Amino acid sequence: MKVEQISIFIENKSGRLAEVSGVLGDAGINIRALSLADTSDFGILRLIVNDTDKAFNVLREHNFTVSKTEVIGVEVPDSPGGLSSLLQTLDKNNINVEYMYAFVERSGDNAVIIFRFDDVDAAIDVLTKNSIRVIEGKKLTSI
Amino acid sequence: MEQQPTIWNPVAECMPREELLTLQLGQLQQTLMRVAENVPCYQGKFKEVGFNPGDLKDLSDLANLPFTTKEDLRLNYPYGMFAVPMRDVVRIHSSSGTTGKPTVVGYTKADLASWTELVARFMTAAGVTNEDIIHIAFGYGLFTGAFGLHYGSEAIGASVIPISGGNTDKQLMIMQDYRSSVLVCTPSYALTIADRMEKQGIAPESLALRVGLFGAEPWSEQMRVEIENRLGVIATDNYGLSEVMGPGVAGECLCKAGMHLAEDQFIAEIIDPDTCEVLPEGSVGELVLTSLTKQAFPMIRYRTRDITRLHYETCDCGRTFARMEKTRGRSDDMLIIKGVNVFPTQIEEVLFQIEGCQPHYQLVVERENNQDKLEVQVEVNEKIFFDEMKQQRAFVTEAEKKIHSALGLSVKVKLVEPSSITRHEGKACRVFDNRKN
Repeated sequence: MKVEQISIFIENKSGRLAEVSGVLGDAGINIRALSLADTSDFGILRLIVNDTDKAFNVLREHNFTVSKTEVIGVEVPDSPGGLSSLLQTLDKNNINVEYMYAFVERSGDNAVIIFRFDDVDAAIDVLTKNSIRVIEGKKLTSI
Repeated sequence: MEQQPTIWNPVAECMPREELLTLQLGQLQQTLMRVAENVPCYQGKFKEVGFNPGDLKDLSDLANLPFTTKEDLRLNYPYGMFAVPMRDVVRIHSSSGTTGKPTVVGYTKADLASWTELVARFMTAAGVTNEDIIHIAFGYGLFTGAFGLHYGSEAIGASVIPISGGNTDKQLMIMQDYRSSVLVCTPSYALTIADRMEKQGIAPESLALRVGLFGAEPWSEQMRVEIENRLGVIATDNYGLSEVMGPGVAGECLCKAGMHLAEDQFIAEIIDPDTCEVLPEGSVGELVLTSLTKQAFPMIRYRTRDITRLHYETCDCGRTFARMEKTRGRSDDMLIIKGVNVFPTQIEEVLFQIEGCQPHYQLVVERENNQDKLEVQVEVNEKIFFDEMKQQRAFVTEAEKKIHSALGLSVKVKLVEPSSITRHEGKACRVFDNRKN
């Protein structure tokens, strides 16, 4: 159920994002989803890619500070209120969201939300019990 | 097999202090005669204060003599300070100075022999024996570090690997394959090696390293603990500067209670860097050194700019020489920010106290709207990088708070990417003062 996400420390200066994507592009790695959290000094770039281990190693070799984190992807209908009911379910069950980001599937019917929970296993449990579809890790990296 | 000594030269190193002071007086008188005869710079300086070498009757008279500064060495570049003809000089070295012309120093055969002896002394004091394999990762060249340790190691009878600086991967390969047991480098390079070991998954136990002899830059006690834990070595400090000799001026024994300063070869004074007054025993101040035996490049009251303190009680190891505390920075490296004296090592200590943080760091001082601002740039590494912004920011806030409580000064901590801090030959450049005074 879980999928590995890569996080990269990026100094807030011009050209750094281009550098990261260049390194990944040169290594033949495809980015599936991405989000960037930033402050005035630095940012944390989070990526779901088609080959996590390779991306991790190649970025490290290029002297980036990287880490791997377990996140999960959840499918919600791409329609008004889709996200709201999901978040309410999580809230009711005291599942805390550290951060999240979203993208729309190629077919366009569903949105995929990537969640980072402080307790991943408890979150998966709650989602499954409430019949919310957690996407298989493999499927997510190959979307 | 011959028993390895634990004290290289007990007669000198454990000499009763009274005897030592008598020895110093005699040697000082001779040195003054020689420089007054052979070095125009000293002839001028002595004339200015109306001093004749024969006037010095007591060690305390030394305080009346003028200082020698780096500026004197620059003015006499390259060979003006030499007290012997070039035919007697067998080696030239140069300071690692980063500003202006370097300073040139020379050694006679006898100078090299005493230098070698001093290095053998502190290496022995750190527990090095003829069984050891010495991995010298100082850059070989004009810099005195590598050659000093090299000759000292050979004197002890240890095996020397003169690998020189740089190429950390190769250093590690050789350390693993050749079974290096003693590492010689700067403390910051020791941490670079530790970083690389972690990246490559090399456990310290898998290496034969047991002792580290680190010098050439100031470092804190916290850094010592980090290096000892991460490299699995006993880390000792040693001190020296090319203008005076090179490594071997002072070095730690296994008591780690200060570096034994070779007082049979140098007289050490502690002065107030502002008033230039000699300070009473036990004071913190700038170290001033006078050479007693050097032939080619004698130094009278050389201002080292290094801030330290000397302890005169006999060490548990039995050595009677004064023990010099780790340098706390340089009198010209000291930053005054909003009236607060700041040494880079103080900030280093704080950073190292934060869990998992053994970073490369750099201090940048700016003046904005007549306000001094100190920015502490910290290179992020995997131990202090968090995927969650909340934690990452908490790290920054914690560092700022801790520095504030240690220095009484508000600073901004800025995280920067790995390798963005400039390093010179493994020597980290710690301070950038961009204030326009």
